[in-house]
Amino acid sequence: MVNFNFATVLTPEIAMAALALILLAIGLLIPPGARKGMMPLTVFSLLGVLGYTLFDFFYGSKASFLSGMYLHDQFAVYFKVLFLLAALLVVLSSGGYVQKFAEHRGEFYSLIMAATLGMMIMAGAGELITMYVGLELMTISFYILVAYLADNARSSEAGIKYLVLGATSSAILLYGISLIYGLTGSTQYTEIASGIGGNLTPASFLATVFLLAGLGFKISLVPFHLWAPDIYEGAPTPVTAFLAVASKAAAFAVLIRVYLLMMNSQAFSATGQTLLVVLASLTMIIGNLVAIPQTNIKRLLAYSSIAQAGYLMVGIIAVSVAGVKGVLFYAMIYVFANMGAFAVATHVAEKQGSDDIKDFAGLIRRSPLAAVVMTASLLSLAGIPPLAGFVGKFYLFSAVMDQGYTAIAYIGFVMSMVSVYYYLSVVKVMFLGEGEGLPDIPVQGAMKFSMLFTMIITLAIGIYPTPLAQMAFAAAQSLIK
Amino acid sequence: MLMIVFLPKDEGKTIKIVAAIGTFVSLVLSLYAFLTYNQALGGMQFNVTIPWIPDLGVTLALGVDGISLPMLLLTNIIGFSSIYASWNMELRPKEFFILLLILITGVMGTFIARDLFIFFLFYEIVVIPIYIMVIIWGSSKRVTKEYAGMKLTIYLLIGSAFLLVGLIALYLAAGKNGNPTFMFDQLAARQDLYSPAFQKVAFGLMLFGFGSLISMFPFHSWSPDGYAGAPTAVSMIHAGVLKKIGGYGLIRLGIMVLPLGAKFWAPLIAVLAICNVLYAAFIALAQKDLKYVIGYSSVSHMGYVLIALAALNPTAMTGAIAMMFAHGVMSALIFSMIGFIYEKTHTRNIAELGGLAHQMPRLAIGLLLAGMASLGLPSTVNFISEFTIFMGTIHVFPALAMLGIFGIIFTAVYILRMIANVLFGPRRPEWDHLTDIRGAELVPLVVCVFVIFIAGIFPNILMGLINNGVYSSGLAKVLETVSQVKMGGLF
Repeated sequence: MVNFNFATVLTPEIAMAALALILLAIGLLIPPGARKGMMPLTVFSLLGVLGYTLFDFFYGSKASFLSGMYLHDQFAVYFKVLFLLAALLVVLSSGGYVQKFAEHRGEFYSLIMAATLGMMIMAGAGELITMYVGLELMTISFYILVAYLADNARSSEAGIKYLVLGATSSAILLYGISLIYGLTGSTQYTEIASGIGGNLTPASFLATVFLLAGLGFKISLVPFHLWAPDIYEGAPTPVTAFLAVASKAAAFAVLIRVYLLMMNSQAFSATGQTLLVVLASLTMIIGNLVAIPQTNIKRLLAYSSIAQAGYLMVGIIAVSVAGVKGVLFYAMIYVFANMGAFAVATHVAEKQGSDDIKDFAGLIRRSPLAAVVMTASLLSLAGIPPLAGFVGKFYLFSAVMDQGYTAIAYIGFVMSMVSVYYYLSVVKVMFLGEGEGLPDIPVQGAMKFSMLFTMIITLAIGIYPTPLAQMAFAAAQSLIK
Repeated sequence: MLMIVFLPKDEGKTIKIVAAIGTFVSLVLSLYAFLTYNQALGGMQFNVTIPWIPDLGVTLALGVDGISLPMLLLTNIIGFSSIYASWNMELRPKEFFILLLILITGVMGTFIARDLFIFFLFYEIVVIPIYIMVIIWGSSKRVTKEYAGMKLTIYLLIGSAFLLVGLIALYLAAGKNGNPTFMFDQLAARQDLYSPAFQKVAFGLMLFGFGSLISMFPFHSWSPDGYAGAPTAVSMIHAGVLKKIGGYGLIRLGIMVLPLGAKFWAPLIAVLAICNVLYAAFIALAQKDLKYVIGYSSVSHMGYVLIALAALNPTAMTGAIAMMFAHGVMSALIFSMIGFIYEKTHTRNIAELGGLAHQMPRLAIGLLLAGMASLGLPSTVNFISEFTIFMGTIHVFPALAMLGIFGIIFTAVYILRMIANVLFGPRRPEWDHLTDIRGAELVPLVVCVFVIFIAGIFPNILMGLINNGVYSSGLAKVLETVSQVKMGGLF
């Protein structure tokens, strides 16, 4: 094993933990009047960590330590970059929204940092217990964040719902982990893989299904998706964005590791593969079809994010470098597209106090930038070239077709065309609606920056995807030799 | 080197002039390419090749040959005229012209791409601007513009979903030797990697995708509704060139890359093509709305292109490409004239119009000439192309070709009926206040009529180039090989 220093390898994690605590302290110490400075403070600290993590991705030493308990490979670092970017964009676009709860601003940012730390641990975990600790850190932070609008009944309701359902799913996950430990005597991915053997016993099958259910809850895989719309609708919009993007990506990071390292035995792959194909197809179909009649933008985005989870699952089914690369690539562009859409939703919700799609009427006249960004983001989610979503879907579906699963690629493409229908109906309202009586809502400051940034990145990756594709490829290769 | 002209998108009141200059520049550039294309050399010329996404094997490769150059020229002619056809646009002109220019750029890019991925990318760029243009600037007469726009978009996107599956399958099959590529010529060169069974399936998928784009029966119903709902410029571009991407794609990708698949599906295409010709012509007879007449007539004309493609011989191919060019210019002219009629009278109902030649003689000339071209009067380019098509088809599908020629009679009936009812007849006092088209509005008329007749009277200008393209691009060779393969067709 190479010689290395814990401190350098764990810098991002340590920095995030410190940041969470410092922000908490500052929020308590400084007078309310000075609390406006917290947003820039958070942003710049995050930028620092992000810069270091990017450097780490390209040049840092890679190692696993504590006898494989924690992995520091390019795969993990890629996800860390993704989480940090998501956190950064959420903080940037939440500036105005956070004014609503001026009393507890410090805690808000602190909790986002804590959740990000949890996700980083999930991505780096080399065994189930560490993964579980990260997952709980993330989830518990989210319980609080979802219920953050204390005087809003919907937000509190969403918080309770998320708590109850989340705790149930954690229990199932934990049960699965304990079953696996009982069967193999280890919690480490690589050892489990050799311990679980070639035969699929009822117990090991049950354990893997429980694991899948626990993680499937986080990525809102059908049939574990029912919580998503209610909670997305009730939670504060920036939190919804973070929940939809980063929490889902973290669960995918774990799922890829668990699935590819632990369950690659022959016996599982036949049954498990069929199961995953069915679940992924159902997720794409139900997510897209149920999104059609939605009238609330957050519910619409919730169903669309369920559908997006289905597309990502397709990449896992491929079980190949190309498939993992597709998932990594798509997860990254999904961050930008979804963050763009949610930034606009946050902006409108903040200025008009409403999440109904009909209140987006005439947005092209009232706030041209917001309307254009929303259009670009939605079309990228739909996979229309020249936006990034198209290239991402191309990677995913060509990987799975290469492995001979043509049917699921058909479902995916037809469903993405169905999704164009509901995405365009939002576009239609924005461009065609009169919007009489609704105020002009120009975009300013950090919000403007985050909108422009997401749109430019979405467009740039769509036109010239090579750099990101190379990064995703390097990360995928670090996982599958 | 012919770079894509990434058109200016400036703001301000001068937007129309900027748009006109932008399209004029690209028209001149494509004319330059047209005139300096070296026919003796043949093949792809004016090439630009830049590796784009190395891990997928995507190359940004642009260039033209005898097949794509007429299409490029057509795009520019129509793009240029469509700017003038929407000269009186008052509602949100800035957005309108931005979207229009994106649209034209997308179509141009599709024709000059030598790489399948880039081809698809450009093709899909055009879909969303069209949707937005239809819902904002469209008109709701028989169907609402929202309905028309959504129908058009969904049809095209579902078609392209199937196309994309076919495309990926092809890409993976071609990449079996470990060297993935999207280049058309590379794909075509790797014939031995595609089994006949694979070719059948892949061509079927592409037929579905391109077929819905070229409004092949029974996937044609978006076309009349879409044209009726769309603003004039969009109808012009859509009927004029966008539809032709379907035919172009079938030649470039379907027949050149998957010849055995094409052979398998050819009889079905021929039968559906005749359905197009006759069925759409019958429906056009019964229409009351001017745009619906032309919408169905364009479906009917695409039938000729399809049957020529199904004949799978060089003469018919030349005819098909010439027909696409001819129909493009003609339909652009006719849609712009109808656009002016609608703009001035606010109706497109044939029964309410009449005797317009009294008030608007110049417009009447335009519509009359376009109508004559549509029914294939000799000395128009349309006659030449129809003639070539039937020359090429009649010995392959004698019965079907006869039926197709029969269809020309119906075309004559509905076109003449429309012209007679709209333009001639007694002077109607309610239209006395109308002014004839003038100034900038004359540009589409002059440009298109000039092209129709110059290419009709000196056919060699166009046909020589296309013929050269068919032979030098290797298409003719592919067709020769195919004709020798004995294979059970669909019937």
